[in-house]
Amino acid sequence: MSKIILIGASHKTAPVELREKLAFSQEQIETALEFIKQDPGIREGLVFSTCNRLEFLYIPKSGDDDNNGRIDAVLAFISELKQLPVSQFKSSLYIHTDDEAVRHLFCVAASLDSMVVGEPQILGQVKKAYKTAVSEGTTGVLLNRLMHKSFSVAKRVRKQTGIGDNAVSISYAAIELAHKIFADLATKSVMLIGAGEMAELAVEHLLAHQVKQIVVANRTFKNALDLARKFNGQAVQYEERESALADVDIIISSTGATDYVLTRDQVKGIMKKRQNKTLFFIDIAVPRDIDPRINKISNAYVYDIDDLRNIVETNISQRKQETIRAQRFVEEALLAFRRWLDELAVVPTIKAINRKMTDIVNLECEKTLAGLPHLSKGDAESIRRMTRAIASRAIHDPILFLRNTGDHRDDSMCLNIARQLFNLDIPDHNY
Amino acid sequence: MFMNIPFILLQCATFFYLISTAGYFCYLFYQKNRIQQTAFGAVGVGAVVHLFAIVLQSAALGGLPIYTLGQSLSMAGLSLAAMFIYTQYRFRLKILGVYAAAMISVLMIASIFLPEAAKAPDKIYKGIFFFGHIVLIFSGEAMLALACGAGILYLIQEQGIKGKSPGFFFKRLPSLDFLDAVSYTCITTGFALLTFGLVTGFIYARSVWGSFWRWDVKEVFSLGAWLVYAALLHLRLYSGWRGRNSAVMSVIGFVVLIFTFLGVNFFLGGHHQGFTQ
Repeated sequence: MSKIILIGASHKTAPVELREKLAFSQEQIETALEFIKQDPGIREGLVFSTCNRLEFLYIPKSGDDDNNGRIDAVLAFISELKQLPVSQFKSSLYIHTDDEAVRHLFCVAASLDSMVVGEPQILGQVKKAYKTAVSEGTTGVLLNRLMHKSFSVAKRVRKQTGIGDNAVSISYAAIELAHKIFADLATKSVMLIGAGEMAELAVEHLLAHQVKQIVVANRTFKNALDLARKFNGQAVQYEERESALADVDIIISSTGATDYVLTRDQVKGIMKKRQNKTLFFIDIAVPRDIDPRINKISNAYVYDIDDLRNIVETNISQRKQETIRAQRFVEEALLAFRRWLDELAVVPTIKAINRKMTDIVNLECEKTLAGLPHLSKGDAESIRRMTRAIASRAIHDPILFLRNTGDHRDDSMCLNIARQLFNLDIPDHNY
Repeated sequence: MFMNIPFILLQCATFFYLISTAGYFCYLFYQKNRIQQTAFGAVGVGAVVHLFAIVLQSAALGGLPIYTLGQSLSMAGLSLAAMFIYTQYRFRLKILGVYAAAMISVLMIASIFLPEAAKAPDKIYKGIFFFGHIVLIFSGEAMLALACGAGILYLIQEQGIKGKSPGFFFKRLPSLDFLDAVSYTCITTGFALLTFGLVTGFIYARSVWGSFWRWDVKEVFSLGAWLVYAALLHLRLYSGWRGRNSAVMSVIGFVVLIFTFLGVNFFLGGHHQGFTQ
């Protein structure tokens, strides 16, 4: 019988067409949590969905030995909710149990399983999924502990490895460069020449960093107007692009032009007008838009798509090395969690309570007897027997209560409370 | 025995500066903020001990201790430490500590190992204008040394970005704009201090030798260094010489300054000779 089950599909197992179909909206997640609450075989559960993955994590009720039946029920639920026959997605799913499930969850939270390893958003998304589950009341002792452990391992990975250090997407690499060139992007203006998905993405990234202004130049002025409206910026005629250089600091170019859109001489002339203030050109177009010789001009920097890609690739290979260290952290956290889980069983708990009481009684009894030397050996022995009897009578009822498992109650919660009442948990030194 | 106390204090200060240098180099590699704070603290403690030593020396000599090369270097170390602490509070350009702490340490070690000349203080090296001349010149030069440091950092960062190979320093150094701004502020402040320092020097020269300007070699080179910085500021304001050019100029200007400070005495002589015997 498994204690933790995780059913999921990610970019590693499912093609994007399927992931799109499987992705849960926030409302659907709530429906799923409702399903978890209603299902008689599930005690705790959580649903996590992003554009790259769907994870269905749950803890079956103890005594429910029908693992496969429960999994089928979950699959049937997904199938019904997403209007998708089970056969279409079953082969793309992975089903992890116990340690495997915990390890997978830790890797997901620490962004080791992400499409872009180390990307920082995933932890926030996991936290949000957990929050939703908490507010729907589908989490309990086990999931609470498990999720918090996953947050702390993710935090540790982020802090102690260089996994999140480097830019691994082209637009992000461009932004990072901009940050190392300009002190404060909020005082800088951006000009977008041409259009295109990647260019717009870069502009959106920049807008997220609150640049001062966006200027859009396009061969078709109407397109420029549309884009400018979208970014809340200003449109200029394509022919004005050279003079516009005087007032902008970052240029993102992605036109379909076969010739250079800006040449070295044009920029050289404009540099005088701008008192040599720094210009940063990001050339995403193929063939290139920006004359590479502009990079030779003092205080002008040109990065084309290949330069950016090179940076990204170096960063990715560095990340891979850090992943090995991160995986060690995951394994350590997994061990700690398993130890806690094993302790959370009936027999070890009863044993621990017994041990604790015996220790206390022995200690106090011997302390007292040491001050009573006039007692005979037999008397002392009787007193010892009596104190032990008191102890075992005192914990008799709690132990009976713990032994009496099943009974439509949450055993792990009872055990957890018992362990806390008697303060039995070994302190968790690792985190 | 009493005469030795300042020397022991100077050694203590040097010890703290060395700790700080080691700390800043660790910070360069590991980027842990706590290391940086410790290193900065060590500079602070070193500077306080150092100041105390110089006050004791001044009391014993009846004037600022700048009679030997060792004493001058120690004075330069203290002004650099003080100016570095000031720029840290103003800009928090932590990585500059690598440069500053290392330079202070080198100055101090040289100062400690140079022989102490037992020369009776000359009576003419006194008075408010002499004091002002020394303090202003030394702090001005310290500021320009920091400008040079920021300029070097700029050139390193610029090299990486221009060459499209952001490497070890890319993450560790701040943006080009910021480095340029720090360097520029250090230059303007240092230039102003240097100007006042030269003016007080002229006034002092008039009071002692009877004329403002006597074509002393050091005077000529000081004026040369001053002109380099004046040109830099002029070009920046009127021809937009910023960024790389400005950084290169800040390094060149500082090289001229170092030559004025040391080289003139070693190679050429003049009435400033006494300071660097």
